Amino acid sequence: MTHPLSVAIVGSGPSGAYCARLLSEDGSLDARVDVYDRLPAPYGLVRYGVAPDHQKIKSITASLAEILEHPRVRFVGNVAVGSDVSLDGLRRHYDAVILACGASVGRRLGITGEDLPGVFSATDFVAWYSGHPDAAVDRFSLTAEQAVVIGVGNVALDVARMLVRTADELRRTDVPEHVVEVLAASSIREITIVGRRGPAFAKFTSKELAELGALESADVVVDPADLILDEEQEAALAANPAARRVLGKLRAMADREPRGGERSIRFAFACRPAEFLGTTAVEAVRFQRSLGRSSEPVDVPAQFVLRSIGYHGSRLADMPFDERTGTVPNDVGRVIGPDGPVPGLYAAGWIKRGPTGVIGTNRPDASETVRALVDDMRAAPLKRAAAPGDPVDLLRLGGKAIVDWAGWRAIDRAEREYGERLGRDRVKLHDRTRLLDAASATDASED
Amino acid sequence: MTYVVTQACVDVKDRSCVDQCPVDCIYEGERMMYIHPDECVDCGACEAACPVSAIFYSYDLTPESEPFLEINAQFFAGIGSPAGASKLGRPGRDHKFVASLPHAGRP
Repeated sequence: MTHPLSVAIVGSGPSGAYCARLLSEDGSLDARVDVYDRLPAPYGLVRYGVAPDHQKIKSITASLAEILEHPRVRFVGNVAVGSDVSLDGLRRHYDAVILACGASVGRRLGITGEDLPGVFSATDFVAWYSGHPDAAVDRFSLTAEQAVVIGVGNVALDVARMLVRTADELRRTDVPEHVVEVLAASSIREITIVGRRGPAFAKFTSKELAELGALESADVVVDPADLILDEEQEAALAANPAARRVLGKLRAMADREPRGGERSIRFAFACRPAEFLGTTAVEAVRFQRSLGRSSEPVDVPAQFVLRSIGYHGSRLADMPFDERTGTVPNDVGRVIGPDGPVPGLYAAGWIKRGPTGVIGTNRPDASETVRALVDDMRAAPLKRAAAPGDPVDLLRLGGKAIVDWAGWRAIDRAEREYGERLGRDRVKLHDRTRLLDAASATDASED
Repeated sequence: MTYVVTQACVDVKDRSCVDQCPVDCIYEGERMMYIHPDECVDCGACEAACPVSAIFYSYDLTPESEPFLEINAQFFAGIGSPAGASKLGRPGRDHKFVASLPHAGRP
């Protein structure tokens, strides 16, 4: 390498940030790293996916901020790679590009009635209560009596918990005020969380389950009959200590006397969703029992349904993509196109390995990708003369409202000030226009 | 509330957890790893990464492993909150209970 290594990273969530840290901290690389995000705010799913009542996990943003504030790193917010600038265009300006754009689309079940009003993806609901600029402010009004959440991962527990949080509890988070109002006024009294397989295969962690059980605002109901295990489940438990802890908690919940609270959260296992019933809107979900207690379908009444069966990545223009897995084909982070490895193109995080693991899982994942990138750059002297001009300046000249780090800090301040006025720590700005106004308000006066 | 390293880590110290911790709050003693209870953000990466299932959330501790909640916390007496194990380096000691445990394969 003969000149500073220039790298663009697409996405400022944990995987993008960890790649930026590895590149910027290695002085021998003399790297210049631009971290693009299509949103005006950084941190990806830490800001827009981690549940608002998990503020301790959200405090990871402090360490991500240190990375994005590094002198070798620039945050380039509000720029969508694929539309504001093409991926190929970006590649002409940098020695290497790392795709770290995540997986943000909710998977579909592919069953009858899925498009009936009242059936939503949990990811849309999460985006809305997290104040995501793509989720319309008035997207949800919670006028149902009964809700069904399909899926038994941590996101399913997140959305169920958010549906029973009190206004006071919600005001201790950073959710927008209109979200507090809608959630607090929700008429939903019964929530059923439904798993396709038996409880031994539940994906949520015992920690998240314990948190649900500790809620004061809802009874958690587990049917003891659901905890009678078949051989397959017994074998799964024997092999998995985490699943044994989950089952222990479910058993304790099954033994509990309901307190007769205003709201309840009920678990139902071994129920495969077969069909959404209803004429003009969803009225019930039909399940087929999958463990042979009865072959009769079970209809669970619900006017509000969230499917929470996982995330799926989405394709950017010019990007090799496997529709089936929702990931970018790659070998240890080197992107593989139809004709083999694509020079200078890499992937990290969920778009690389699929939507699995927790925030920390992205650290070793980013290390693997950056190691591949650095090995390639050291093996082959850079031959491409990068296209002239700073791509960020060129975008700005083209009239794009870029949110740089100072702009983000202005948004951050505006959210804290807004929170203070409402007697809360921080309140998120939801609408994209308000975010951009806040970012530009103090353009010149950044301290 | 915090994640806690328990006895199964003693004389193993695989350190897979350290690579995954997003806030670098897992510190190395002579014979086991310790999680800083004030720095842990409850993300759970370490629990899933540990090959010997030595890490538990504090809710999940059993009567036998419960003392390790205090053992992890007390390890940091005199160290405070350095906000990063790699910044601190290895303190070169253990909690006295851990130091007193018999070594495997030795009388």
